Amino acid sequence: MEKTWNNKAWFFVLPVLLLVAFSAVIPLMTVVNYSVQDSFGNNQFFWYGADWFREVLTSERFHDALLRNLLFSAIILAIEVPLGILVALAMPKKGIWVPVCLVLMALPLLIPWNVVGTIWQVFARTDIGLLGYTVDALGIDYNYVRNVLDAWVTVVVMDVWHWTSLVVLLCYAGLVSIPDAYYQAAKIDGASRWAVFRYIQLPKMGRVLLIAVLLRFMDSFMIYTEPFVVTGGGPGNSTTFLSIDLVKLAIGQFNIGEAAAMSLIYFLIILLLSWIFYTVMTNAGNDKPMTGGAE
Amino acid sequence: MARIRLDHIRHAYSPELAKANNYALREVDTAFEDGGAYALLGPSGCGKTTLLNIISGLLTPSEGHVRFDDRDVTMLTPEARNIAQVFQFPVIYDTMTVRENLGFPLKNRKVPKAEIGPRVDDMLRRIGLAAKADRKARGLTADEKQKISLGRGLVRSDVNAILFDEPLTVIDPHMKWQLRSELKQLHREFQMTMVYVTHDQTEALTFADKVVVMYAGEVVQIGTPEELFERPQHTFVGYFIGSPGMNVLPCKLDGGEATISGERIKLPAAIGRAKSGKTTELGIRPEFVSLVPRGQGIPVKVEKVEDIGSEKIVRARLGEHRVSAILHEDQSVPADADIAFAEERLNLYADSWLVARA
Repeated sequence: MEKTWNNKAWFFVLPVLLLVAFSAVIPLMTVVNYSVQDSFGNNQFFWYGADWFREVLTSERFHDALLRNLLFSAIILAIEVPLGILVALAMPKKGIWVPVCLVLMALPLLIPWNVVGTIWQVFARTDIGLLGYTVDALGIDYNYVRNVLDAWVTVVVMDVWHWTSLVVLLCYAGLVSIPDAYYQAAKIDGASRWAVFRYIQLPKMGRVLLIAVLLRFMDSFMIYTEPFVVTGGGPGNSTTFLSIDLVKLAIGQFNIGEAAAMSLIYFLIILLLSWIFYTVMTNAGNDKPMTGGAE
Repeated sequence: MARIRLDHIRHAYSPELAKANNYALREVDTAFEDGGAYALLGPSGCGKTTLLNIISGLLTPSEGHVRFDDRDVTMLTPEARNIAQVFQFPVIYDTMTVRENLGFPLKNRKVPKAEIGPRVDDMLRRIGLAAKADRKARGLTADEKQKISLGRGLVRSDVNAILFDEPLTVIDPHMKWQLRSELKQLHREFQMTMVYVTHDQTEALTFADKVVVMYAGEVVQIGTPEELFERPQHTFVGYFIGSPGMNVLPCKLDGGEATISGERIKLPAAIGRAKSGKTTELGIRPEFVSLVPRGQGIPVKVEKVEDIGSEKIVRARLGEHRVSAILHEDQSVPADADIAFAEERLNLYADSWLVARA
């Protein structure tokens, strides 16, 4: 009998393995390598152990940036998810307006980050920007360069403008996949508009909503370009999010060891929070284990 | 519960289609008696689902009126008509338990809580899901889900009618039989008017007291299963009911005799005098076609014999027309044989409609 299996098949995995090694594993290991060393000029490196990690975790600067980031993600999720659902519900289900709406919705997603940042940087200026000028002319003292609250409002509104469409498109995909029979049955059962949303549309959107929340959380937690272009992290450090802080540390201060430790911690936080989101949201709708009873 | 009167209903899905005289329902004028079990039977696209949605109020007909007893409900919503409908694919509310699903229509109608409990419990028992009452509905099998859809209709004891839109399509074959007999049982218990849409003749004939056969947007015959078998009013009914369907042979009438591709057949007096139409056809069920020795009947060419265990189906050719005959299992089929028609079972159709029977 000839052997029906052999280990040659492993060679087929080799190209992928190489690709992943060069694109992910090796760069990541370089960062790990830096994170345990201290660097001085003239390319001198000294072993530093876990001290960078200790320093980052206890530094006030890191805590502040982390809190700012968490607050930012919480705010934009609280706005973009409900708003996205509302817009998706309001979109037409059939007819010639469907493609029009879809293209309009997709437009902001196609604009590069720093272009979005530049648009809003100009748009919100009080001297030449349409938005800033109008708001100022209405008698509201608005200046995102000087005022912390104004800077936050600007960055949040910009993110909502840029990314709500993503939530809309995902929710819309979930909505149109609901068969007509569900709506007909609900009508016959005498369900109110709210009940239709609560018991048909929301559960059917659950899967895509999970993806939307995850994507928006990860993206907002890693946000860099747009606030960097608009506020540069200011006024003061009020819009300095983790990634902006990281770049300041790594390139501004050239503190590679600390920056490497910080990026690893940053990465682990995103991983952990995403995992928590995913577990909580997928378990939310599941059956609780039955106590007693048949089956 | 109510008698459903369909008063000259016509429906086109858009004004443009109506202008082009392209009606999904050409004209339906009939009534479903209170407490009856009806089946709407017909091929895909014959308008049976359109008709069902007009009864339930999901569609408003282009012309005509729907009446429940004496009340005109044509313009009322499904909710106001107080009907229940079970769809092709089971509709359940995913996040609710089986019990909550059944209570949902009652809750929406503001029935007091103290009353919902016992009624839901009673329904759980009747549809046999009491053991799974507190499970999430989405984990159940297709037939259990379909029972929940049905239960949601039955739990409102005052519904005017329960409408079924091919409810067994996604159910496993062995569960179909069981579910259908349970349905029949529930009909006997509740005595509600039930209208059941299907394209499966077995389903229609076993479920319904009266079968409404539809073809190309029209009702072609309403009758008991027996009537449909014995006296098909339209060649389509003959062909659609029965397996294999009725033999429909184009013929020419001439002085008490019919000519089918050159073969002359003597007709009984009742048929022989009938007027012929643009097309004239002789219909006979395969059950009433027999094989006789050569020379004693109409010569045919036997093409195929299908032995299905309890009987044999002979497929033969009479000139350019196909003829089938059903023979008893132990009857032999000679290579050369003629066929004979049982004279008292002949039907004559002019322009597809029955004009004379023996």
